[in-house]
Order: sequence, then C-alpha cells, then structure tokens
Amino acid sequence: MPTFLKGFLERNGTGPGLLMLALVLFWVVGLIILPQLSMVDFSFRPNLPPPEIGGPKDVYTLDNYRHLVFGPKGSSADYNYVDLGVFFRTIVAAICITIFNLILCYPIAYYLGQTKGNHIRVLALMLIIPYWINEILRAFALRIIFGQTGVLNTLLVSLGIFDQPYDFIRNDIALYAGLGYAYILLMIFPIYNVIESLDRNQIEAARDMGASWWRIHRRVVIPYAKPGISSGCTMVFMLSAGALAAPQILGGPSSLWFTQIIYQWFNDNGNWPQGAAYAVVLLVSCILLVLTVMRLFKVNMGDIGK
Amino acid sequence: MSAGVGVDLQDLWIRFGDFVAVRDANVNINGGDFFSFLGPSGCGKTTILRAVSGFLEPSEGNVLIGGKNMKGIGPNKRPTALIFQNLALFPLMKVWENIAFSMEIQGASAKERRKRADELLDMIALSDQGDKLPSELSGGQRQRVAIARALCAEPDVLLLDEPLSALDLKLRQHMRTELREIQQRVGITFIYITHDQGEALTMSDNIAVMKAGVIDQIGTGKEVYNDPTTPFVASFVGENNVFRGKVSEISGTEALIASNRSGMLRARISTANQGKMRPGDDAMVFIRPEAFALAPASADNDHLVKARVTNEEFEGNAFNIFMEGDGGKEIKVAIPNLGQSFESRLGQTIALDYDIRNAVAMPAGEMATE
Repeated sequence: MPTFLKGFLERNGTGPGLLMLALVLFWVVGLIILPQLSMVDFSFRPNLPPPEIGGPKDVYTLDNYRHLVFGPKGSSADYNYVDLGVFFRTIVAAICITIFNLILCYPIAYYLGQTKGNHIRVLALMLIIPYWINEILRAFALRIIFGQTGVLNTLLVSLGIFDQPYDFIRNDIALYAGLGYAYILLMIFPIYNVIESLDRNQIEAARDMGASWWRIHRRVVIPYAKPGISSGCTMVFMLSAGALAAPQILGGPSSLWFTQIIYQWFNDNGNWPQGAAYAVVLLVSCILLVLTVMRLFKVNMGDIGK
Repeated sequence: MSAGVGVDLQDLWIRFGDFVAVRDANVNINGGDFFSFLGPSGCGKTTILRAVSGFLEPSEGNVLIGGKNMKGIGPNKRPTALIFQNLALFPLMKVWENIAFSMEIQGASAKERRKRADELLDMIALSDQGDKLPSELSGGQRQRVAIARALCAEPDVLLLDEPLSALDLKLRQHMRTELREIQQRVGITFIYITHDQGEALTMSDNIAVMKAGVIDQIGTGKEVYNDPTTPFVASFVGENNVFRGKVSEISGTEALIASNRSGMLRARISTANQGKMRPGDDAMVFIRPEAFALAPASADNDHLVKARVTNEEFEGNAFNIFMEGDGGKEIKVAIPNLGQSFESRLGQTIALDYDIRNAVAMPAGEMATE
C-alpha cells in the first residue's frame, strides 16, 4: 500500500477512511470518467434504431466525425462550412470573452486584494449576491436591458446618442455581455486570492526604486498572480465555450453557439452518437488549447490548483 | 568621512486623524552619517522613515534631502532607497535581477545590468549566487542581497527599517559589523530604524531617541548613553538603576538628592538639565549597573548606596547582584568576575560606592516601560 494511502487511513480510521475513498472514487469514476468514456464510445457508433443496437450494423465508424468536417454524405460542399464555422466562432468568441474578462477583472481583483478595510467585504458581497439569482433569470434580465425596446436602447435614444434603437441581440453584444458577466466571479476570485497574499512591501520596494505602475504590474504583480490568472482564464474559457443557457437566450436569431448544435443533435434529432462526436471534439479542442496556452505562458498544472 | 548628502527634518508633524505619530521633529543628519532612530515600537520612527522615503506626506513641516525640499516628490523620484523590515525581495526574480531592478527601470541592457549585479555580488561576498532565487539563500544572504539591491540604484541616502530584526542573534551581531563596513565603504548617508539599543550604539555616528512621537535626545552613542536628557532615554538606552527623590541642594553642575530609600545621593546633573533643577523638585538619579564598586560596610558619604542583596547571578565575565530597590524594582549591579564570590552575602546589606560623574541627576519624568 502506498504510504500516503496508509497515512490517510491511519488519520481517519480504516472504516471512515475507506468510505471516503469509495465515495470519491465513485464520484470521479462513476459520475465523471465512465459517462465521458461512454460518450466517446457513442461517438464512434452509427445512429441505429433500438432493435439494431448490438446487431451486425453496430460497428465502430468515423462517420460522426466525418460529418462535422465534411458534412452529410452526398452533400455538394467540400466541407461542413456551417458547423465548422460555428465551432471556430465559438472558440474565438470564448477566447475573446476570456481576455475581456481578464482585463475587466484584474483591476477589480487587485483593488480588492490590496486594499484593507471593511468596505472590501461589502464590495465582495455585492459581487456575489447577484449570483444567488439563477443563470436563466440573469440571462433574461440582460435580454430586457439589451432588447429593441429595452432599458439601454430607450436610454440611448432618449439621450439622442442613437437615432434609432441598436440591435444589441442580433449583433451578439448581448450574448458576449451575458457570457462575460456569467463567469466574472470565476475570474475575480482566483486572482484576488493570489494578490491578497502579495506582500505590499514588494510593490512599495519597486516604486521606491522608481518603477512606474505599469512596470510594477508587469514585473511584480502579474508574475506573482500568474497562477490565479491562469486558473481564472481556464475556468472562464471552458465554461463560456461550453455555455448553453446564455447563447439560447441572448444569442441572435442567426448566430449559433457550438453547444446549441450539440444540443440539437441530442434533443431535436435524437442522434446521440452524432451529438457525442461533436461534444468530444469541443472538449478535446478546449483542453488542447488550454494546455497549449499554459505551455506558452509557462504555467504548471499545479499552479492552477492554487 | 566623505561629503554625502544630508537630510533635514524641519518642524515635522505627522498626524493620522487625531493621532499624532510624529510631533515637531527637528533633525539635521549630516551627509555620510550613520544615523539611527531608536525607540520602542509605535514611537513613530518608521513613520519618519516613510516621510523621508516619500511614501507619506508630512502633515506639517518639511523634509529636505541635500538641502532640497522634497514636498510633492514621490518615492520613485527621491534619491533614497529603502530596505524593508521583511526585505521585500522579489521572489520570482533571480538574485541578480533583484539587484539590478533599478537599472532595468532606467532601461539598461541585460548585459550592463548583469555586470553591475555581479560587481555588487562581489562586494557582498555572494559571487556566483546571482542565478539563484532569493528563496534559495539563507537569511543573512538575503539581507545582503537587499542591501545590494538598494545600493544598485546609487541612492544618496539609504533608509533601513529594522532590517536585522528577523535574523537570529549571532547573525544579527555579525551583520551589524558588516552594515557599518558597507556604509563606510560607500560613504553615503544611512538612516537606520531600530528598537534595539545595542544595534544603534554599535553602528551609529548619531542617534535620535524617540518616545511616543517625540524625539527626546539626539547625540552620539556615548552622549546618549552617558549623558541622557530625560528619564526615558536613561532607562531605554542600556540598563539603568533609578533612585527617586527630591532635590535637596544644587552646587554648580552637581545636585544632592534626598532619595526615598537610599539616603543622600550626590550626582552630576545631565548637561541638558543644568540650571533647570531647583531644591524641592522631584528628581531622579540614574546609575548604571557597571558604575558601582563594593565599599566597606563602614563607609559613609554621599555617593554610596546601601541595600540588602536579594539575588546573585553568575554571568561568566561578571556577577549580577540584585538588591532591594526603589518602588519594587531591584537594583542591579554588575561586578567583574575576579574570582570572588557573593553567595555568602545573600540577605545581607552591602554598601556600594560610585563615582559622582557616573551618576546622572535630572528632573523626574516618565521612564521606558520594559
């Protein structure tokens, strides 16, 4: 038995220790790994009516993946431009949302982390409380704000800034705002956590040596906050690329989020293998992208957990 | 001593709301001096340092560096470098990058910076350690890196905020000598903040002793130790025995004090208090433990203390003898170890003689709390 396991059982007693271990294993294996593996398995099978499952036609195939890249069999186009377009647009938009969120949240997190006093708690509370409201209601609230006759348009038109209402929804501004807002806390709190532990003297030392604010952040604060920044960015990126509610409610009529296509395959078309293939592609691409970016910025996996 | 850049504090007041952190400080620090602010924690010494470095604007009065008023000039524009109590080295930069950070700000090339960092590393005897991270160095080494980093900016004035307090005793004593040597080598003004009177006495050219925002005395180590101006300075700097009483007679620079417990004591009036004491005033006489010598029991004069021995402590080079003193406090006497023994005297009354020049009289006042 490995020593860490032995130590764990000794600390917690054999009975409770084994129980905890079993529960964690059940959670990780039974609720995460096995369903995902079964999705991967689905994605390589043809979509068959129930009687034929397990029959002679139920063989592994790449058709579902081929469909994403080349479109349905017999289609005239070279590639599946629609689905691929949505896929890349989703990834790029998720990256933009992540960057926008980082730019917005870093100053907030820095301020919260480096300022002392009770008003900081009030500010943090004001950030948290809106999240007691569920995601769908929040999305609809944004729809009310950004709609044709919504709060923002009424205000802008009555102030004479716009002649006529601007279509925030068709132009996806509502969607980006909604997605950006949805995960703001997941960006602020990891960064805040790290910056809070940054010794103020380091900032003063740099300032004493003549460093400008920009340089202090670039050389002292940001390197220190890197684990928090990467963990925030990873979460925001993964969750916005995989978001469903906000695109459903705030997306323009002509724009689709990749998750919406996946949803359609599963629900509207009842084609689980096809949906599974699309979902696997999204998951694997996101993970690869995150790993590449982490490599680029020299972030270790261990840092993310901080 | 080379002609470094001096620092003047003129009528300096610093308030935080209703709290007065520094009250009317007037200090002239000569260029090239090793100047210490000595005082218990919370006395305002760090506040003064922050005002000199520019992190804090004084409420009233001026800070002059090299004769130039620093009002409105930020810490990044002053010719000062500050060494923080916790050093504040940048943990994610290599040692050499830490040292040359000020050059990086000025836009020096990596090659120039590395060269200068290596020179400074040689000076602090840490050659070849430049590529390590600060966390890989020992406490004393980190200390030296912090000094090198501050010196790299070629400041006119180096400000040190209790930089030795985190080190263990032995290293601290070693670093005292080293700091003093570095200061003499570079010849710039050092302003040193400490609550440790030993540090202040061993290193400084001049010391300002502070109590609750007020500078009680400015002088050389010897002046502060031998000729304190207030009971606070007398009791805070070094060990001291106090004898309370009333002035009975003044003759020139000497006073005869009728002490509460030890009869008539003759003492020299400290320089700053000459002419300020009148017969009948409450007074204090301070006599250092090392200023006493054993006297025959029959002795009878006005520079003699008689008291019962309560305890004896053998310290190797000296005996510490404790005797019943004034106001519940013990009188401590240090007698050099010349092979004698005091054990048999426990509980007995002994007589101790002192030289009148080594007993300092002054008006009664507030003493340092231990």
